[in-house]
Amino acid sequence: MTHRFAALASTPAIVIACGSLSLLMGQAPQPARKAAGEPQKQAAAAPAAKSAAPPAKSSDFRTPWGDPDLQGVWNDATSTPLQRPTGVADKTVLNDSEAEEFQEEIANRLSRDRRDGSSELDANRAYNEHWMDYRRLKITKDHRTSLIVDPPDGRIPPTVPISAERQKERDDRAAALARFNAGMPNSYFDFDLPIRCVVRTDMPPYMPIIYNNDFQIVQSPGYVIIAPEMIHSTRIIPLDKRPHVGKNLQLWLGDPRGHWEGNTLVIETTNFRPDTNIFQQADPATFHLTERLTRVDAKTVNYEYTIEDPHTWTRPWTVRIPWTRIDPAEQMYEYACYEDNYDESHFLQGARDRERRGEVAVPIPRLPPLQ
Amino acid sequence: MPDGHPDLNGYWQALVTADWDLQDHEAQAGPKPEINGVYGAGPAGQSIVEGGVIPYRPEALAKKKKNFETRAMSDVSSDKTWHNLGDPEMKCYMPGVPRANYLPFPFRIVQSSGASTPYMIISYEYANSTRIVRMNTKAEAPIPSWMGWSRGSWDGDTLVIDVSGFREETWFDRAGDYHSDELHVVERYTPVSPFHLMYEATIEDPKVFTRPWKVRFPLYRRMEQNFQILEFKCAPFTEEMLYGRFVKKPTP
Repeated sequence: MTHRFAALASTPAIVIACGSLSLLMGQAPQPARKAAGEPQKQAAAAPAAKSAAPPAKSSDFRTPWGDPDLQGVWNDATSTPLQRPTGVADKTVLNDSEAEEFQEEIANRLSRDRRDGSSELDANRAYNEHWMDYRRLKITKDHRTSLIVDPPDGRIPPTVPISAERQKERDDRAAALARFNAGMPNSYFDFDLPIRCVVRTDMPPYMPIIYNNDFQIVQSPGYVIIAPEMIHSTRIIPLDKRPHVGKNLQLWLGDPRGHWEGNTLVIETTNFRPDTNIFQQADPATFHLTERLTRVDAKTVNYEYTIEDPHTWTRPWTVRIPWTRIDPAEQMYEYACYEDNYDESHFLQGARDRERRGEVAVPIPRLPPLQ
Repeated sequence: MPDGHPDLNGYWQALVTADWDLQDHEAQAGPKPEINGVYGAGPAGQSIVEGGVIPYRPEALAKKKKNFETRAMSDVSSDKTWHNLGDPEMKCYMPGVPRANYLPFPFRIVQSSGASTPYMIISYEYANSTRIVRMNTKAEAPIPSWMGWSRGSWDGDTLVIDVSGFREETWFDRAGDYHSDELHVVERYTPVSPFHLMYEATIEDPKVFTRPWKVRFPLYRRMEQNFQILEFKCAPFTEEMLYGRFVKKPTP
């Protein structure tokens, strides 16, 4: 901060920034080794560092003002399933040959470059691997069999009985999706929020999908900012322990507050909208999301989140997804969604055309989930 | 900041009425006054354009006038003519630059320091628009985009952002002021007090204007306690307008 901004200390935001700066600079000595560095330089320096210095530790990565440094562009694509498949039910981690087989089997199932199956399936696969993130066909480097790390069985915990009102909401949603899948949506409300370009994978907790799995993190004193590529909604996370916004202010992406626990950024998010079709159909009123981001090494951030919702599951559950630094030659792109949302128009126009021709809804064959 | 540059981090907002019209404008009823009354009306304001007037080419001025006449219309029945009618702001499309900076919504400048991130981010409340500002790079835009390709550098205490690689569909205001895909904007953000940035943008587009021109206005720091950007996810506010005609009508 330059001298001309000494006066800024009178504004609340800056008091906080300066406060955390002096505190953390006092507590944490500057790392002897330069932190993350420019991506290109880092790549060039890596081989030498291998023999000369011990591997970088989480605590080596610091911003100039002393916070743990999570900055970079990260990709969370993986084929490791959220829940452990029954075939590997007894294994948390696979050995190298098992892992290779597991990866190949999943990749074969997900691949859209296959030409087997019915002609309808084949037509659906026209949206093929050319359009997809190739990293979505690789399992995590640690060869885990599920992204869920707790409960130990790698499965979403059993559900609790839900209220009749919520059951009706789920049934209505399922009926709307069935109309959509059959090519006969009544209205834009029959589409899921991603089709309507309201929220996509920018809604926490972050899950890998077929493409645009990139997240850029930029930090400033007192803040961490996570910018998901899809769909360009920056998440501004204050670290100053301010209270959450009032309970009548509800947000599609929730209201995040962050703090550091050692080298880990812990984000608590509340105030989700009730009409969000929230993660795994949890109850927005009782849904509690805690995310943890930890810099592991130059190329990895561990992203971990814990879901708690006593109105939906019998116990909390935790997911871990490694975020990998992307090649510096790659970059974030603008994911314009609503600006050219031809789908929203085509799906509805198509349905009205079918009605005019007297066609009835016929469910079309679905591809495996788009992980 | 630790690297010696001024600290522009914060929530900022313009107070000008330029989103209604960059040039001098009287108070106006706005479209559909028979429905909206004063709710749809706009305030008067003085031009933020240096010299007062935008130097349009004659044929371009005719298009601006047509834009104004059709500003509140939309037609998404054909992909080919999708963007032909109406102000993109009314349809919740990303606003482009410099319009994002004088919409009546706050935005946050995110400025880091040190070698680990050669980026800044500008995050706007309106439509969750985001700009990634790449510092000290000569790399050209890989593809055209709504918010443009932003390359930042410091000129003393002034943050300079060179923005190119625009799509042609954004407008400058509700008066129909527009540009082509050759738009080039150079922005200057200069701290003039702890609570103000002076903002200046030089706008160049040889297809539409006879010479480069400038807009200039202050940005004010939002000072409310615990201020934060909320959400203006406006797509749901426009779906009936854009897609309502394709929705199934109840059988009589």
